[in-house]
Amino acid sequence: MRIHVAGENSLIVYFGENVSNDVSLAIQHTSEYLSQFVGETLVDLVPSYASLLVIFDALRTDHLHVRGLIRQAQNQAQQGSDAQDNAVVRLPVFYGEQTSPDLAAICEKSGLTREQAIEIHQQTLYRVYAIGFAPGFAYLGETDERIAMPRLATPRKKVPKGAVAIADRQTAVYPAVSPGGWNLIGCCPTPMFDPKGNPTMPVKAGDAVQFYAIDEAEFIALGGDLNAWKEL
Amino acid sequence: MTHSIQVINPGILTLIQDAGRFGQHSVGLTTGGPMDPLAFKWANRLVGNDEHASALETTIGGLKFKVNCNTQVAVTGATVTVKVNGKPQPQWQTLNLNASDELELGYATQGCRIYVAFATGLKVAPQFNSTSTVVREGIGGLNGKGVQAKDDILLNDHTIEDSCWQLPESGRPVYENEVTLRLIPGYQDAHFSRHEQRMFFYHEYQVSDLCDRMGYRLTGPKIHCDIEGILSEGICLGAVQVPKDGQPIVLMNDRQTIGGYPKIGSVLSLDLAKLAQLTAGGKVKFAPITIDHAHNELALAQYRYRQQTLVAVNEEMK
Repeated sequence: MRIHVAGENSLIVYFGENVSNDVSLAIQHTSEYLSQFVGETLVDLVPSYASLLVIFDALRTDHLHVRGLIRQAQNQAQQGSDAQDNAVVRLPVFYGEQTSPDLAAICEKSGLTREQAIEIHQQTLYRVYAIGFAPGFAYLGETDERIAMPRLATPRKKVPKGAVAIADRQTAVYPAVSPGGWNLIGCCPTPMFDPKGNPTMPVKAGDAVQFYAIDEAEFIALGGDLNAWKEL
Repeated sequence: MTHSIQVINPGILTLIQDAGRFGQHSVGLTTGGPMDPLAFKWANRLVGNDEHASALETTIGGLKFKVNCNTQVAVTGATVTVKVNGKPQPQWQTLNLNASDELELGYATQGCRIYVAFATGLKVAPQFNSTSTVVREGIGGLNGKGVQAKDDILLNDHTIEDSCWQLPESGRPVYENEVTLRLIPGYQDAHFSRHEQRMFFYHEYQVSDLCDRMGYRLTGPKIHCDIEGILSEGICLGAVQVPKDGQPIVLMNDRQTIGGYPKIGSVLSLDLAKLAQLTAGGKVKFAPITIDHAHNELALAQYRYRQQTLVAVNEEMK
């Protein structure tokens, strides 16, 4: 673990150089421990792939004290390291013809059939590495290498809400209509960001996520909307 | 009757802001809040509010509104003409308004962020514990948008005092076209060679056309970083990221919460407010300071702000 200065009111803690389950778990435990101080000496926390940004109130505390809290968090995390496994959040996906405009390119690259590619996307238990880019946008990793795909050369101006997408070895659900360059392979009817909801999001950083296929009727019954896909 | 202001013209960009949105990065929400917090807090203090009450931030100017009740307002921040029913009025001072008075801002001649606070504050339903508007997220303000013509913005119910106060000139910020931004080296600073760091701190940069509440893109000598990208990580207020083209971007209140460009450090918030008052063509230099020095500066600025007193004025505008 390395602690660096990020700014006048922020320290960034690096837990490793690469993405791994151990790193992700350590970030999650540290973040959970520190969250009790948010609203007091700490202002906010930003967990990501291999780091945790700790933002503090520089008029109420200083970086030396916060370094102490981070070390304390780490000791606590080590003691309770075999803590409970995370619950798996299961998200439904309609991998329909109209909701998977980029699946053909993935199949062409890998030599897989549509069915195989869809099956592979569902088999992996993903981890929420980070939430950002837009409210509710959860970066999930890592996809099976066979369905990994670089971003589109030209991003779409309008990706439909709920679009399930792949970029390199990451996958995600677009929480709202937005521009985007990820490869679209399906649509998830579960709202990923609901400002009025409690909780606001079905997932949080560190959670495990698994996708499961649904058909068009189930998609519509769960509140899915295909209209936006007709305009693609 | 409900107390409110009716917007006649929102000007270039007018946003409802409070202190900002905190503790919500975990769902990807950014901070928002006033780009020049000191001017914002003074506007509120001049009308007897809590310093973080909801108020308006107008960029460049052009805002015009009418009030439907007797109230007090104060205009702070960038230098701009303020007219009430066509008659010029001072900034940094409490103004008494009567029902159906119209207040109009001209266009800023020095600085670009103007703050208008109302006695008892704007009555806006908070989202995620804040009324701050972040247009990119569609969160805060009225329906997540900037203030529009014909918007009716409620004021909290109130009894109005009529005593007027002024912030003495000596206590007001001075907005200049050239600013030095004190920067706390950090993040990936080790990936910028000593030579590159000297270049960065030695040369002058210009504010480009790409400057908004999200970030200020600067143009100047290219700064080279050993690495092109990093695993995406949390971005704090004022972080200076250097993409492949070597042109620094200073990340402001509405920044994205995570990103993968290398960063050389972060600007002291006190100086970020000065940068926020610059428009395209403004000149910027960076100067390195330690985090301990930064904490001292913050504590000192807070002490000065608390010590500063307002002066009573005899109200004779009517």
